[in-house]
Amino acid sequence: MTDLTKLTLVESIKHVKDKKCSAAELVSAYVKRIEKSDKLNCFNTKDLENAVSKAKKIDASKKLDKALVGAPIAVKDLFCTKGIKTTASSKILSNFIPTYESTVTEKLWNEDAILIGKLNSDEFAMGSSNETSNFGNVLNPYRLNNENLVPGGSSGGCASAVAADLTSATVGTDTGGSIRQPAAFTGIVGLKPTYGRCSRWGIVAFASSLDQAGPMTKDVKDAALMLDVISGYDEKDSTSANKPKSSFLNSIKNNVKGLRVGVPKEYRVDNMPKEVDDLWQEGIKILKENGAVIKDISLPHTKYALPTYYIIAPAEASSNLARYDGVRYGIRAEGKDLTEMYENTRSKGFGKEVKRRIMIGTYVLSSGYYDAYYLKAQKVRNLIKMDFDNAYKDVDVILTPTTPTPAFKFGANTDDPIAMYLNDIFTVTANLAGLPAISLPIKYNKDGLPLSLQLFGKSFDEQTLLNTAYSIEQQVNFKSQVKDWWM
Amino acid sequence: MNDKEFNYYISGETGKWEVVIGLEVHAQVSSNAKLFSSSATKFGSEPNSQVSLIDAAMPGMLPVINKFCIEQAVKTGLGLKAKINLLSVFDRKNYFYADLPQGYQISQFKHPIVGEGEVILDMPYGTKKIGIERLHLEQDAGKSLHDQDPTKTFIDLNRSGVALMEIVSKPDLRSPEEVAEYIKKLRSIMRYLGTCDGNMEEGSLRADVNVSVRKVGSKDFGTRCEIKNVNSIKFMQQAIQYEAKRQIELLEEGKKIDQETRLFDTKKNETRPMRSKEDAHDYRYFPDPDLPPLKFDQSFVDGIKKKLPELPDDKKERLIKDYKLSSYEAGVLISDKDTSDYFEDIAKNSDVKLSINWVIGDLFAALNKIGKSIKESPISSKNLAKLIDLIKNNTISGRIAKEVFELMINDNRDPKVIVEEKGLIQESNVGELEKIIEKVLKENGDKVAEYKSGKDKLFGFFVGSVIKESKGKANPALVNDILKKKLS
Repeated sequence: MTDLTKLTLVESIKHVKDKKCSAAELVSAYVKRIEKSDKLNCFNTKDLENAVSKAKKIDASKKLDKALVGAPIAVKDLFCTKGIKTTASSKILSNFIPTYESTVTEKLWNEDAILIGKLNSDEFAMGSSNETSNFGNVLNPYRLNNENLVPGGSSGGCASAVAADLTSATVGTDTGGSIRQPAAFTGIVGLKPTYGRCSRWGIVAFASSLDQAGPMTKDVKDAALMLDVISGYDEKDSTSANKPKSSFLNSIKNNVKGLRVGVPKEYRVDNMPKEVDDLWQEGIKILKENGAVIKDISLPHTKYALPTYYIIAPAEASSNLARYDGVRYGIRAEGKDLTEMYENTRSKGFGKEVKRRIMIGTYVLSSGYYDAYYLKAQKVRNLIKMDFDNAYKDVDVILTPTTPTPAFKFGANTDDPIAMYLNDIFTVTANLAGLPAISLPIKYNKDGLPLSLQLFGKSFDEQTLLNTAYSIEQQVNFKSQVKDWWM
Repeated sequence: MNDKEFNYYISGETGKWEVVIGLEVHAQVSSNAKLFSSSATKFGSEPNSQVSLIDAAMPGMLPVINKFCIEQAVKTGLGLKAKINLLSVFDRKNYFYADLPQGYQISQFKHPIVGEGEVILDMPYGTKKIGIERLHLEQDAGKSLHDQDPTKTFIDLNRSGVALMEIVSKPDLRSPEEVAEYIKKLRSIMRYLGTCDGNMEEGSLRADVNVSVRKVGSKDFGTRCEIKNVNSIKFMQQAIQYEAKRQIELLEEGKKIDQETRLFDTKKNETRPMRSKEDAHDYRYFPDPDLPPLKFDQSFVDGIKKKLPELPDDKKERLIKDYKLSSYEAGVLISDKDTSDYFEDIAKNSDVKLSINWVIGDLFAALNKIGKSIKESPISSKNLAKLIDLIKNNTISGRIAKEVFELMINDNRDPKVIVEEKGLIQESNVGELEKIIEKVLKENGDKVAEYKSGKDKLFGFFVGSVIKESKGKANPALVNDILKKKLS
């Protein structure tokens, strides 16, 4: 019998619709794997029994017409889920149960997807290795000589869960690369849509002008299907975009003939491992062979992207996280007066990295420093946007590696925040410019670790991005080499 | 003292001082929903009964601008003859407090929705123009209740997120009287527009008062202190008087004024420091990334302009012109839209002179006595108009009218019915009047003799006696005529 958990999302839904398996069988197959996979620590909260009973209800209803019928889906623990604990992997929200459902997850359940749990991440999505979670490290299903590796971050639980077949697909959030970098580290597809494509309502906010929800999936078609479901205008989010959309999945095509692909010279950074450079050349070669036109382009302000990001994101975060004050929800550590209660609650409730970013953010917004940091960063952000606007006069998509290295070991960068932040060097520009970008696994390095390429698209042109990624995917035929060593 | 001239100067030991005042008025926008959420805004509701997920700043909640509040702000801006900014930006003002759920207030800092405007004051010494610096929209905070429990503070978030307009004046005010007039005028404009009910008891209108002093003739501003959150005109005036005196004393002792935020203690009638400039919050203002800049086009503004009601200043001019009122009378009427509406209801079809006298005389006095506003007046404008018509067409005398008015206060009955029921119709039959007059003259033969010998003043006595004899019903004008003839 087919191992149902090896099917892609599109395949498993077809299975259910064609009655090759029931929704309950599909969900149960995942439940079984999840129960044997605690070692990976992907889940903050599991909701397995409910998932099975929901699947049985779908089976009993005999209505199998919904887009995600019966698909067991765990989501990043940043999406508020009604009646299910939502922690943002932080101690301060460790007891928080929302009375409401985020727009994005609501859309999943409306299409008869089934929640099976909430996935671990960096605390408040701040991190690139999932090491800042209050609930422990997530392990990458890929290892280096039997040594554990980080899954990337912040959507590390999401990435490992998809790669280890613990969820049929998932939604993560991407503020500076939090979907794409872990996707790259675990050999899956991760898509950050255009800012405004998906509603942010009900997602625990990190940096409001950069946060965007997006799919993390086994392949490109799955990503297209997920985007079909979760995207759309939401009047509850003033930054969501009212754009007409057709089905990304139905419009997907393997044709890049005449597509103009930009290769930005500024992404060829110092000390980039040869394997990453070779990977990039390989991507260029594939696209060329398929009829695309490769163009060298320049995005001159790229080198300022990382510092810009690490001013804007913490600034917004310092304000967004002010609401976690022990007054209304979450944990409270008492004190002799209000100020001491705040200090105790926030000292105890937040981890080190979150505190660091609150401090940075508070500093850059302070009177006397605002102009030099925050305002300047906003100006540079505009220049970075203009870089892309200019580039898109000549090209349709832009090709780069997703990350400068493959997955690394635990503790490798924890003592040096700057080294850790460098992980985001290729990904933050898409967030700063609000553009869509996708990470796509291409091959394994000599150590058997996945290497991925990234494509940037034009604003609200996810279709071209998906088409290009699909075309490369067809060519490289990347297959999972996860070995279930933890079972 | 001559009140036709500005004279609010404070004499100190070193000379005369002038007080410079600027106000930041916080006016609650009249709206059924909050600025960024759909929660209700009713005053006096059960604590925490008007709180949405957004108002409580639950994780992942996002603000969505209430378009009606934008219209209200634009309307108010137009009422202040101010520049409307087609692009404005909402900023976050960051600070921690238990009744501020988000940890920041959404306000407008660098780019307010309304720019410079003006308010005209009618002072005894002439009109005075007070500049408006800006008007911006912001959220109100919740309320901390410290007196409900010996050790705990309770939080009521009903007000959290309610839309406020902060209206900042230029430092153009120079006396407590001007401040009172300014607040009244501002309130009147907003009530005409329906943008703020101006109810100070319910906290719909309150102000931060900036006070500084300088020697008369000096062009430079002194160091100012800001007195926070004063919620009545009387308290504003008291706070200014105290604060000006305090500053003058300090300066005359050769000391410096610290720029600081102060509170007015209404019980002790004094201001005291709340926080100094050093302890001042660093609010870390920055544009709210959850809200794109607020943009609208001129046609949106023009649409609102077209529907703008008549405003107090225009109305005053019109009343003077249409009804030939004095500036004083018109001024009294327009200070409250309900009053001028009431007056016009009557005056458009009745005698104007009688209308104005009855409204700002007897009616005001009666309302004052029973503690009701003109909107709650027990006598409808329709019935008061009827009463005035009865006087005008000589059906009843002014004296009888006062009696009828007293009865109307109780039950708002049609004065015609009262007059008929009680047989109060004025006696205008010459024959009947002559009979009464004959009787009075006969009974007062001695006084008639005195009158005829030159004591003219007795004429009033005869009139009064005749009216009395007629139980007030005699037509005074006719009585006059007949008496004159009889006594000549």
